[in-house]
Amino acid sequence: MTRSTWLNPVLVVLSLLAVFVACFLGSTPLSLTRVLAALSGTGDVGDQIVVWSIRLPRALAAFLVGAALGISGAALQGLLRNPLAEPGVLGVSASASLFATFSIYFGIVAISPWMLPVFAIIGALAATALLALAAIRTQSVVTLILIGVGLSSFAGALMSLMMNLAPNPFSLSDMINWMLGSVANRSFREIWLALPFMAAGVLILWITRRGLSALTLGEEAASGLGLDLRRQRVFTVLGAGLATGASVGLAGAIGFVGIVAPHIVRPFVGHDPARSLIPSALLAGLILVLADIGVRLLPSTNELKLGVVAALIGAPAFIWIAMQRRAVHD
Amino acid sequence: MTELVVENLTFQVRGARLVDRASYALRPGELVVLLGPNGAGKSSLIRTSLGLQTPTSGRVTLGAEDVVSLNPMQRAQRVSYLPQIRPMAWPNHVRDVVALGRFSHGAAPGRLKPRDAEAVDRAIKASDLAHLADRPTDTLSGGELARVHCARAFAAEAPLLIADEPTAALDPRHQFRVMDMIQAYVAKGRGALIVLHDVRLAARYASRLIWMKNGQIIADGPPVETLTAQRLEEVYGVKAKVDNGRVELESAL
Repeated sequence: MTRSTWLNPVLVVLSLLAVFVACFLGSTPLSLTRVLAALSGTGDVGDQIVVWSIRLPRALAAFLVGAALGISGAALQGLLRNPLAEPGVLGVSASASLFATFSIYFGIVAISPWMLPVFAIIGALAATALLALAAIRTQSVVTLILIGVGLSSFAGALMSLMMNLAPNPFSLSDMINWMLGSVANRSFREIWLALPFMAAGVLILWITRRGLSALTLGEEAASGLGLDLRRQRVFTVLGAGLATGASVGLAGAIGFVGIVAPHIVRPFVGHDPARSLIPSALLAGLILVLADIGVRLLPSTNELKLGVVAALIGAPAFIWIAMQRRAVHD
Repeated sequence: MTELVVENLTFQVRGARLVDRASYALRPGELVVLLGPNGAGKSSLIRTSLGLQTPTSGRVTLGAEDVVSLNPMQRAQRVSYLPQIRPMAWPNHVRDVVALGRFSHGAAPGRLKPRDAEAVDRAIKASDLAHLADRPTDTLSGGELARVHCARAFAAEAPLLIADEPTAALDPRHQFRVMDMIQAYVAKGRGALIVLHDVRLAARYASRLIWMKNGQIIADGPPVETLTAQRLEEVYGVKAKVDNGRVELESAL
């Protein structure tokens, strides 16, 4: 596979480039030399603050959130053997953001800043576990996606309820932020809160990736090959739940990157779910950094939310991928 | 020598006895064909024999060990299992699908040790797939795809092979080709247990026939002994003529 050998390096270079470019965007125009100086820690103190505490964390947050969603999407697609499986579509993101909102609404976040990512992760794990349980009972991925739609609607309804009862406009706007998804005004502090969980999730998915290849043949054949199916389900669900939950804890619900990136990557890795994990993560990270750059470049009075832009690109792609599928697969 | 020995195996779900006190053995050098009508319990017998489902009672040993004490990887190294063929989730390349056969040896597509790569090459050659090795599986015909699945079962190079209807939905020529491949596999000193629906194909290739009806094994022996018109009538409910190993099915009874 010569194509897959250059895929990861190219994506890494492009991602670094995109994060670098993102450091130029903002209300204060900075020249190349000033950005470079600020990044290396030698420039003007004001420049350093702008780059290190505003622009770089924002770009890195976009990348990390994308990467976590991309790898979760690729892994869930491998587990469920369907290219339409994704944290957003399956209701995992919505349920995570419901729990995150819940922790804000009831002031649980005041106990410890760790509560927000932890609650988002609990929401994500609850949804993924429910889906995995359903997956044991039904072979039909359509059923699973419908369960996901139900989960999303239910989470949406509870969020609406909380918004309805929101005590003040401030907490209302806070909740809207979690629903729409954004990486604006993120600092390294928030990144450090999400990163351990993301890293743990990514690591779990990476270690157990081999079983996803085996599942290509179906569950019966995969067990025949020597795969411990139950273990694989638990670990993929756990990994995807941790990574998705942490990303929602950092940026709110951002949909569809987890579908688009693996879909583009798959032909380059011989359609092998295991080999699609890392490039999917890199590409999804790259896409979100670029989308976040786009959000800032668009001349709009209110800055668009990243989640809105991601959905505007991702939802049509989802419909297109769904329409491409032949009836045979399900 | 790895030998699969099944003793008094019963498998029951929700009161239905799918396998009823079945006993048989599978040894290297044998090509055993499992025959029986739809719903006789063939697939259940195979799955229980492999430890994929827990028997209600009875015992299965693989070599010296109890099959339930083996982990899935250890079991897969001893018995290669080819279930009824299902559509693939992704249009992988033929070589990568065959490489999945090395899963129980710790390998994965794109990460094959030299030993695994050699086994994959041998399986591809034995299944006459060399010219198709780099093709995506969604461009293959049904017959070619069946050969790919056989090749991945062969690639494990396990002492025993169990295949559930490997010739289903194939044209006569491909049925022969698949059975020839399995015969060649057995000729290398390995054992195979194959579920077939085609009695004539079974008579042509099997060294032993196991006859199943209503969850029970009702006969087990070489075709010359167990393949009779009376048995076909009893097991399948068909009127048949058997003459010196040649089978003619006439009508349903």
